Amino acid sequence: MESSAKQETQPKPRLIVRLGVFLASHHILFSVICCFAGIIALLLLPSLAKNTYLSENALIPGSANPLFSTEDAIEANRFMKGIEAAAGDSMGGINMAKFIAQQIEDLGAEVCYHKFLPHSKHFHPLKFFTSTSNHMAIQPNGTDINFGINTIGIIRAPRGDGKEAIVLVTPYNSQRVHSNELLSLALGFSVFSLLSRAAWLSKDIVWLSADSQFGEYTAVSAWLNQYHNPVFLSHSVILDTKIYGADHIYDGNTEKAEFESFKRAGTMAAALIFKVGETRRYGDRDSVMMYAEASNGQMPNLDLLNVVHYLAVHRQGFRVNIAAFSSLLSSAWLRVIAEFFHTIGTVLRKINPDWKLDITVPDYVEGTANLANSIYNQALGVPTGSHGAFRDYQVDAVSLEFSPTFNVRNENAKSLFLLRGGRLVEGVVRSVNNLLEKFHQSFFLYFLTAPSKFISVGVYMIPFALLLAPLPIVAAALADGSKTMEKLAEKSIDDSKANGSAHFLQSNKGGSWKWLQAAKVLLVIQLWAVVVSLLPYYITQIPDATPMQSAVIWAMLSIVILVALYVMFGSPYSAGVEWKLLKATMITSISIGLGLMSIINFATAQLGALIVIPMCLFSRPLKARSGINFLPRAALLASNITLAVLGFPPAALLIMKGLSKGSWTVDIGEFWVWMEFLWEWSSATYLYLFLVHLPCWLLCIHVLLHPCRQSESKMKQE
Amino acid sequence: MAPPPPPSGTVLFLYLLLLFLLSTAAAASAAAPEEEFTEELLLRPLPDRKALAHFYFRSSAPPAATVGRHHHLFPKAISQLVKKYHISELELSFTQGRWNYEQWGGFDPMSTSNAKPPGVELWAVFDLPSSEIDATWKNLTHTLSGLFCASINFLESSTAFSAPRWGFKLNEGNLRYGALPREAVCTENLTPWLKLLPCRDKAGIASLLYRPSIYKGYYHSQKLKLRSSQSLGIILDQTLTVVLQPNTINDKQLHSNLGQLQPSWSMRHLFNRKLSGKCLVSKYSRIFIEFDKGIVDKVNKSGSDLSWNNEFFVLSNGPDRLIKGLNNLEVQSSFIYEYDVSNYSEEKPFDVGITWKLPLIWSCTPSPFHASRFLMGSGNERGSIALSFTSTNLQKIFGSPNDCSIKAVIFQMVPWYVKVYYHSLEIFIDGNRKTVSDVVDKIHVTPSEDKLLPGTLEMLLRFPCSMQSATLTLDFDKGFLHIDEYPPDANQGFDIPSALVSFPEFNSARNYPEIDPLLGSPLLENFQEDTVVKSYTEVLLVPLTTPDFSMPYNVITFTCTVLALYFGSLLNALRRRIGEEERELTKTATRHGLIRLLLAKLRGQKVNPTESGSLSESTGSKKLLFKVVLVAVAAVLFHYFSNNS
Repeated sequence: MESSAKQETQPKPRLIVRLGVFLASHHILFSVICCFAGIIALLLLPSLAKNTYLSENALIPGSANPLFSTEDAIEANRFMKGIEAAAGDSMGGINMAKFIAQQIEDLGAEVCYHKFLPHSKHFHPLKFFTSTSNHMAIQPNGTDINFGINTIGIIRAPRGDGKEAIVLVTPYNSQRVHSNELLSLALGFSVFSLLSRAAWLSKDIVWLSADSQFGEYTAVSAWLNQYHNPVFLSHSVILDTKIYGADHIYDGNTEKAEFESFKRAGTMAAALIFKVGETRRYGDRDSVMMYAEASNGQMPNLDLLNVVHYLAVHRQGFRVNIAAFSSLLSSAWLRVIAEFFHTIGTVLRKINPDWKLDITVPDYVEGTANLANSIYNQALGVPTGSHGAFRDYQVDAVSLEFSPTFNVRNENAKSLFLLRGGRLVEGVVRSVNNLLEKFHQSFFLYFLTAPSKFISVGVYMIPFALLLAPLPIVAAALADGSKTMEKLAEKSIDDSKANGSAHFLQSNKGGSWKWLQAAKVLLVIQLWAVVVSLLPYYITQIPDATPMQSAVIWAMLSIVILVALYVMFGSPYSAGVEWKLLKATMITSISIGLGLMSIINFATAQLGALIVIPMCLFSRPLKARSGINFLPRAALLASNITLAVLGFPPAALLIMKGLSKGSWTVDIGEFWVWMEFLWEWSSATYLYLFLVHLPCWLLCIHVLLHPCRQSESKMKQE
Repeated sequence: MAPPPPPSGTVLFLYLLLLFLLSTAAAASAAAPEEEFTEELLLRPLPDRKALAHFYFRSSAPPAATVGRHHHLFPKAISQLVKKYHISELELSFTQGRWNYEQWGGFDPMSTSNAKPPGVELWAVFDLPSSEIDATWKNLTHTLSGLFCASINFLESSTAFSAPRWGFKLNEGNLRYGALPREAVCTENLTPWLKLLPCRDKAGIASLLYRPSIYKGYYHSQKLKLRSSQSLGIILDQTLTVVLQPNTINDKQLHSNLGQLQPSWSMRHLFNRKLSGKCLVSKYSRIFIEFDKGIVDKVNKSGSDLSWNNEFFVLSNGPDRLIKGLNNLEVQSSFIYEYDVSNYSEEKPFDVGITWKLPLIWSCTPSPFHASRFLMGSGNERGSIALSFTSTNLQKIFGSPNDCSIKAVIFQMVPWYVKVYYHSLEIFIDGNRKTVSDVVDKIHVTPSEDKLLPGTLEMLLRFPCSMQSATLTLDFDKGFLHIDEYPPDANQGFDIPSALVSFPEFNSARNYPEIDPLLGSPLLENFQEDTVVKSYTEVLLVPLTTPDFSMPYNVITFTCTVLALYFGSLLNALRRRIGEEERELTKTATRHGLIRLLLAKLRGQKVNPTESGSLSESTGSKKLLFKVVLVAVAAVLFHYFSNNS
């Protein structure tokens, strides 16, 4: 009775505290439920996708009749014949640029050339995100240096104020000319020639025929860099004049020298990159592939995609595709899941007709394949095309790749294709031209599950939040668990003491500061991770190293540094850190890391959470004794080891490659190549892997290998 | 009229009064000039297959004292405006489109005085003490705003106008300048402008102003210029400059292909209207067709004379007069054919056109440097403004020595939210960085003040003649606006008005030695005035951080939630009393709520008040959970089957 009276005089804790205590006491159940719910929510995403809609009313796509006529298609054919002849010459690249420039000039539009050098990307750890590499810094070191020539045509909008511009880009390789690239140039030219006669323009039109001999992205980004961050110092001028072979363009024709000066239009409103891909033999309709992912998971405004999709499907009768993981399309297990969700969905629908979760099986499978690709591309943080270069300058851009189904010799079909393609581009330009403000109405954060279906940020955050939710609870429970363990020890000395006094005692002994040891371990490992992530900068300085060698050096150095750090700061086991505290610290750090990453690149955080969170939650020392039976313990051990293997980045890469390509050969160099790829594109995924994922994995390994001596000794003390 | 005088006296008085009035009126008309109105139109073919039309209407009123408050021809609104605000000079222009300095010329009176920046530009010189000028300017903007149906009143705020001392026009601090680059220009601005003409657009040259054809052009600039002084009275010049594309039958002729004829056009063609006689009250009504130096040179070179029917072109009517124009270097620079409209009438409408016989390619004289301005950098944080000059190699044409220098004056006004760091001025000439003192002769900067003053930069530069290109860069930070300072459609970005670049050593004045000074053509007089060569640069669009205005709902819900949480907890804390709470606790301990009883029943336990939560909860909660799930499944099944049946 005495204790109950005491309890009543003590104020009851607040509801939220009680809830927290309740959850912490059931943290295993809670985390299992949350993780499962998160994974199920992730799998449900395709059925939660909404149809896209146009948010910006000013766009009004398709409201005007397209003016692109058969005459323009004929013009395109004429252009194509001309450029074929120009490309046939020995000086193919320069002649093509010259031909394009001449054609643009004949339209009465402004022309200029932009010459650029290929630039090799280097790993600059200090300028990771702001690596606006200066193209001009590279000095030509020989007479045979190659350079690319972009040809830029600018239409000044009649009556426009020239504050804004719409950019059209057609990439072509000036060194190896393909007929489909010529076709895309012809398409670009015919649209440009139509626009040069348009009276309705309010924004200037810039047509960039990008010389993609060093890659499309390089050409476009070099031009954008010159547009936004020009260099006026002398070496750039010297370079301009010293590019050998450039004189061929102006064979004594002084009037053409004005092509040399870089011309600009206003602020870019939007960019459309279009090219004609390989013609397909099969398929009933011409299709358009839409690429939108820019660097670090940035997407163009959804309205731009909507306009393209609307015009392509409802006006010009193209089939619009987005990239998909084709292996998922035929996978059996996905089909099973789809069937399952379909049945559940139909049942739910009967309960409440408003719950429209019953997506058909093929739709679900296709949606998942598209969604997986969308998430993967965003998570990788590498742009899927030259539109990525525009997004770096806050310009909304989308790439279209036409894949026509006609035979190359079929002139009629080609004209028809040109007509429809031209009308599509014209329609998009017209819509963007209508815009008074820049794109801001619609979504910037979304995944696409189909060209016309999207998952907005509000929906796709749910699985991530569910996955992340148990982390703080588990960390609190673990930290509390280690406390109670001590408490138990205290209690064994004096069992009659009540809770409050035990608490008092414990705080007196300073035992609550034990987590500092764990934090120190975490900090040492974080320090190691930072050093490891910076190592490639020095390794790349080694001349003539194969990827294999570099990777091996990297791995060796990392291990050496880890050992050195342990020697300096003491190994985690010698300090006597309890594994529960270590795990709690790890979980805290990973939740902070994932939270930060979800702001930088959500998709990376989402995919990372899928691997890291189970790994963290499962991890417990292999030697830990527990009162559970052999079978569950073996299962726990097995899952622990599997997750730890999966969590190791090179192993994950190998497994991913094996699953996608079916080749299981171990190549250490490949990991180096992959990492190189990530930092060349200054992808935040690289930072995530080395500053969040890798330390977490190492801590997991530490927990797994924890000797559990302290607890044992304590038990013995008892 | 006080007490009634004798009737004979009244008649006599009235008679005398009449006589007096008549005599004074006669004296006034004899002594002072009358109000006059002239209308003129200048047409000119342009090198890029377009045609320029320049309407020039001048109304003038003699000094105010002589005529009192009444006017015959002169618009009363304007004279009231001039008197009320003590304006000695004023210019207001509405422009749509950009003047193409490369194609349409940059060295003739047309481009220096009629090429204007897009939107509205207003400047005025006041004849007032400097303390009153700002207030007067504000009133003036409102008046003009009402007069011309435009939002000129936005120039009222002190952040929108500046007082340049010498960069724009030399003055004694009584000039104010403001520009609204975003102002859309349309017929609603033209109609009030036409109302100032005595015949409006009902008769005379103004009747050519058929809206669909003049607004279809590539450049459209309507301007109103006022000059007033004690000796001159008020002179109102209204000009309208349009660049039109002659309608050609074949679309392909739009492109300036080599060896193609220039499009032939006539006035009826260009404006879709016929000219039936002059405005009857106008003193002169003339139409000029001007040919550029380029054409004149080509024609002279070919050896034929510049008659209206030569080997390159033919005009549809024989001109009344032929005027040769010389530029300031006394080189023949233009050729003007004059037609007098007063000889034509409704029955005999006037039309003049040009038909090209031979393909002719020429170019207009450019200004010494082609100036353009652009933004550098990206992102919402900072950027730079760059002004680039590219030489047009004009000095080669003029044959100046190579070690000379060319002066250039830059006038640039920047709104306060674009915070320009003037110390960051960098100058590159032909790819070499130059120190500021090497190039800048004189500089006057008024730094911007947040929400108070725009930044103004006036700079006198000296470029070497041999220079091919120069670039000036100025860094800026982008500021934040208060929520109510955002204009409508803020997501478009914010405009930086055009900068003005003038070359004080170059004068675009023309000289017409053959014409009679009494001819009195205001248009040609205007061409003869000393005007320095100047050109406006592009308007720039700076994207600033903009709040998401389209989500008021979210904002409301968020703020309401925060407020509710705040007030809820505050009230909770205020209301709570410790003693009260204890009593409550004991009460609940004895009473047990219904729910608790129910829960206990569910668990199959006896009500035990001393039992404390967690231990029993953990064992009981599984059962509880199971029961809750069971009930939920039952409910779902029930719903399912009831729906099915």
